[in-house]
Amino acid sequence: MNDALDVAVRLLIVFAVFLVLPLVIGQTEHKVMAHMQGRLGPMYAGGFHGWAQLVADGVKFAQKEDVVPAGADRRIFQLAPAVALLPYLLVLLVIPIGPSEGAVGQVIDAGIFFVLAVMGVGVLGSLMAGWASANKFSLLGGLRTAAQLLAYELPMLLAAASVAMAAGTVSLPGILNAFEWWWLPWQIVGALVFFTAGLAELQRPPFDMPVADSEIIFGAYTEYTGLRFALFLLAEYAGIVVICGLTTVLFLGGWHGPMGADGLGWFWTLLKTAVLAFVVIWLRVSYPRMREDQLQRLAWTTLIPLALAQIALTGVVKVVI
Amino acid sequence: MILAAQTQGFLSPTGVEIAFLLVGLATLGAAVMTVTTKQLVHAALWLVVALGGLAVEYLLLTAEFIAWVQVLIYVGSVVVLLLFGLMLTRAPIGRSPDADSGNRPVALAVAGTAAAALVWVVVDAFRTQWIDLDGPAQGSTEVTGSILFRHWVLPFEALSVLLLAALVGAIVLSRKRAGNSETDPEGES
Repeated sequence: MNDALDVAVRLLIVFAVFLVLPLVIGQTEHKVMAHMQGRLGPMYAGGFHGWAQLVADGVKFAQKEDVVPAGADRRIFQLAPAVALLPYLLVLLVIPIGPSEGAVGQVIDAGIFFVLAVMGVGVLGSLMAGWASANKFSLLGGLRTAAQLLAYELPMLLAAASVAMAAGTVSLPGILNAFEWWWLPWQIVGALVFFTAGLAELQRPPFDMPVADSEIIFGAYTEYTGLRFALFLLAEYAGIVVICGLTTVLFLGGWHGPMGADGLGWFWTLLKTAVLAFVVIWLRVSYPRMREDQLQRLAWTTLIPLALAQIALTGVVKVVI
Repeated sequence: MILAAQTQGFLSPTGVEIAFLLVGLATLGAAVMTVTTKQLVHAALWLVVALGGLAVEYLLLTAEFIAWVQVLIYVGSVVVLLLFGLMLTRAPIGRSPDADSGNRPVALAVAGTAAAALVWVVVDAFRTQWIDLDGPAQGSTEVTGSILFRHWVLPFEALSVLLLAALVGAIVLSRKRAGNSETDPEGES
């Protein structure tokens, strides 16, 4: 009975985190973008600096009519948001935030593989949405999503493989246990490749060609309204949490901090994740969108060779020491 | 795996065995749907269900590593590539009555024969072996890695050469088309 209770509590906590953190990042995005662009952002909802804006947005989304286009493939159209959102919830389950046994939802032996595999499934949601909407713009968005995923999954995998080689394990807590501070300069190229590829997988600017609003309206999500559209947005923000958390765990040492990890491990993890999330928002405000051929060129001619070079470097250093 | 056929009975299945059977039935159903549905994209999506079901079967057999690789390669990459190809060429919503070719009976015969042969070979090979599911995971990454690179390293290398050949072949095929038109130095993305 105690085991069942333990599992239930862990699942509940992860679910709560899954509901809260994306909203925090969304609100931060409102505010950071506003200040970077010299405006105030939402100021009224809830009183203090518009903290309840996203809650109000959620209420608005829930009240909207749920429209399915007449020509659409009804069932797949309705299923797509769930397919896009659920993988991120599953990934959140295995990200460790502290050094102790209790600080991770579930320890999985092949953690890196689990994380990358499940995240790859999320893109199926965008593809299903793009196809089932019976809309040319949606289909184009779906196509661009697929092309982007195919190009960026490989460098991401290679960069993660480099860390796994360095640590000698593919389990996420195992990698953190093996982490030393000098891994940071050693794996920095891999970290950049991983983070960039992660951004591309989330379709965040400057990699938001699949949802480019000036060309194809909103890509695969054009026909969605109300709660289902909100689920796609939530998937994007949950994706930011997951990518930043993973970069923290794999490359930035997770719960390791300058003053030791005693009791403060979760704080370091969250701080590093928050800084990375800030960078994600910053890039959205400061970088123009890349063209489709530039996207493909960046992945195949820059990121993959860099990731391979990182793997070679990791191998050489690993043999020498 | 341990030899324990004497202590195992077919009449008192454990929970894992029941789950294995049910997931197997679901996988089989999804596979049948894949080949019988008249809607092209639905076939690809049923394939996702079938491949995912296989991954669950691996998990139930404690082969974690293989299960996640199955999801990563097949669900995450192969099916996405398949959908990409479908969307690029022809992905109508609704039924495509012309999707069936006249080879149906032949295909059924080949599939039936292949399935029968595989089932027969596997049953014959592993007749008395049982996997101890209660102990530590037997298909962990460490175990899989050491078996792969100690006992099976030659087939592994042969496979990687095969993949390299396929890669080179794909490049050659796409280059040829670019050379004929002699305009764009890049191939397709």
